[in-house]
Amino acid sequence: MNLITPDTGLLFWMVLIFGIVFFILAKWGFPAITGMVDKRNKHISESLRLAEEAQLRMEKLSEEQQQMIAKTRQEQGRILKEAAQARSEILAQAKEDAAARTAEMVEKARVQIENEREAAMRDIRRQVALLSVEVAEKVLRSRLGSGVEQEALIDRLADEAVKSSHKES
Amino acid sequence: MMLFKKILLTVFFGLIAVHSTSAEEASEEIDIGEVVFEHVLDSYEWHISEWKGRSIAIYLPVILIDDGMHVFSSKHILETGSYGNYHIAPKGAKNEGKIVRADGSRPFDISITKNVLQLMINAILLLVIVLLCARWYRRHDVLKEHPSGIAALMEPLIMMIHDMARENIGEDDFRRYSPYLLTAFLFILLSNVMGIIPCFPGGANLTGNIACTLVLALFTFFTVNLTGTRHYYKEIFSPDVPGVLKPLMAVIETFSALVKPVSLTIRLFANMLAGHIQILCMVCIIFIMGKYGPAMTGGATLISLLFGIFLDVLEILISFIQAYIFTMLSSIYIGMARQKAD
Repeated sequence: MNLITPDTGLLFWMVLIFGIVFFILAKWGFPAITGMVDKRNKHISESLRLAEEAQLRMEKLSEEQQQMIAKTRQEQGRILKEAAQARSEILAQAKEDAAARTAEMVEKARVQIENEREAAMRDIRRQVALLSVEVAEKVLRSRLGSGVEQEALIDRLADEAVKSSHKES
Repeated sequence: MMLFKKILLTVFFGLIAVHSTSAEEASEEIDIGEVVFEHVLDSYEWHISEWKGRSIAIYLPVILIDDGMHVFSSKHILETGSYGNYHIAPKGAKNEGKIVRADGSRPFDISITKNVLQLMINAILLLVIVLLCARWYRRHDVLKEHPSGIAALMEPLIMMIHDMARENIGEDDFRRYSPYLLTAFLFILLSNVMGIIPCFPGGANLTGNIACTLVLALFTFFTVNLTGTRHYYKEIFSPDVPGVLKPLMAVIETFSALVKPVSLTIRLFANMLAGHIQILCMVCIIFIMGKYGPAMTGGATLISLLFGIFLDVLEILISFIQAYIFTMLSSIYIGMARQKAD
């Protein structure tokens, strides 16, 4: 058989069989495979894109978080400062109040002491008056043993009474 | 030393049995050309080996269309040399080795020859492989599973050609052509690899036969020229050159379009044929050296064994490269024919 003359029989079979194989594979073989792989490739690239987007969003979120933390710190500082200020204000106020109350109480106590002292003075005066009257009575009783003396005393007393009424008038 | 030689001879007996029919002729003068051509050419039977002087072969049906259809086993015509009106053309005659009429002319011969049987085996194998692969993709969710088994084996090959088609033909219509390119690539690859296997289900030199590669090239030729754009035909018949050069360029372009399938045919055919001849020659060296005594035979055996292994491995590489080149050139030709006017 010749090497470079194409044999008609093989040509015939080749066209027939290759044609049939091509028809079957083009209809049920390759499109199914390539279609699925293309679908998977599309899915993969889509997933990659989504992952990148998610990454970007994550970065943005973490940045936001950082900002929020910084802001919170600032707020915290401010609040602490305000609290300290408020505390010192309250303390000062309390001190002031306490001082006022103390002053008031001291004043009250002073007034009461004054009153008590006055009452005591009055009492003492009255006691002294009573004592002096009693003493005078006793003196008088002892002196009024004789009539002369009794008259002299009455006179004196009368003089005095007159003088004092003169003075008053 | 004797043991080593025995082992070597045993190893070679295996190789010899599958590569050569003439193990018994080792001591006689052998015609290398005849042995080699017997193996690379088509035949009416599938010769496997010889055992005690009797050849073990699969006799294939002969189908002749000549005033009706004649179907008979090639055993009859090969053993007696003739059957009815037909005989096998003798050596040196026209149509040598083929079945001819009494007057030496050929009937329309569509016999199932060795290459046709190989073609059928390859076609069935290819269909089974690709359809099983397609079935995997139909039954599994590709978004949830990675391919396994036959799909994992075929996906890289299929996607390599699919992507090549996308690159060379363009995003718009490569999907129409990718099934043809895939069929051609996988068919050539499978046939090339089957051709290297030395025993029955493979071994026929299908892609090293010019009829096979011619049909493949013509498929490409018709695909290119029947689906070309207007721009493509304008480039061939009325290229954009000064008036005087126009007819000359048209002739050159037409010729170049016609030569493309010829180059595709010959490239694949010659490469595969040469590979087969090289391996066969390596094996034949053993028989040539056979008459020079044991030392020479042993040395030659070792050398041809090493070279044989090297060439077989090289042939696997070439199988892939040739299939790839055929497909790549086809896709480039199709891409050129699908060009739109700039």
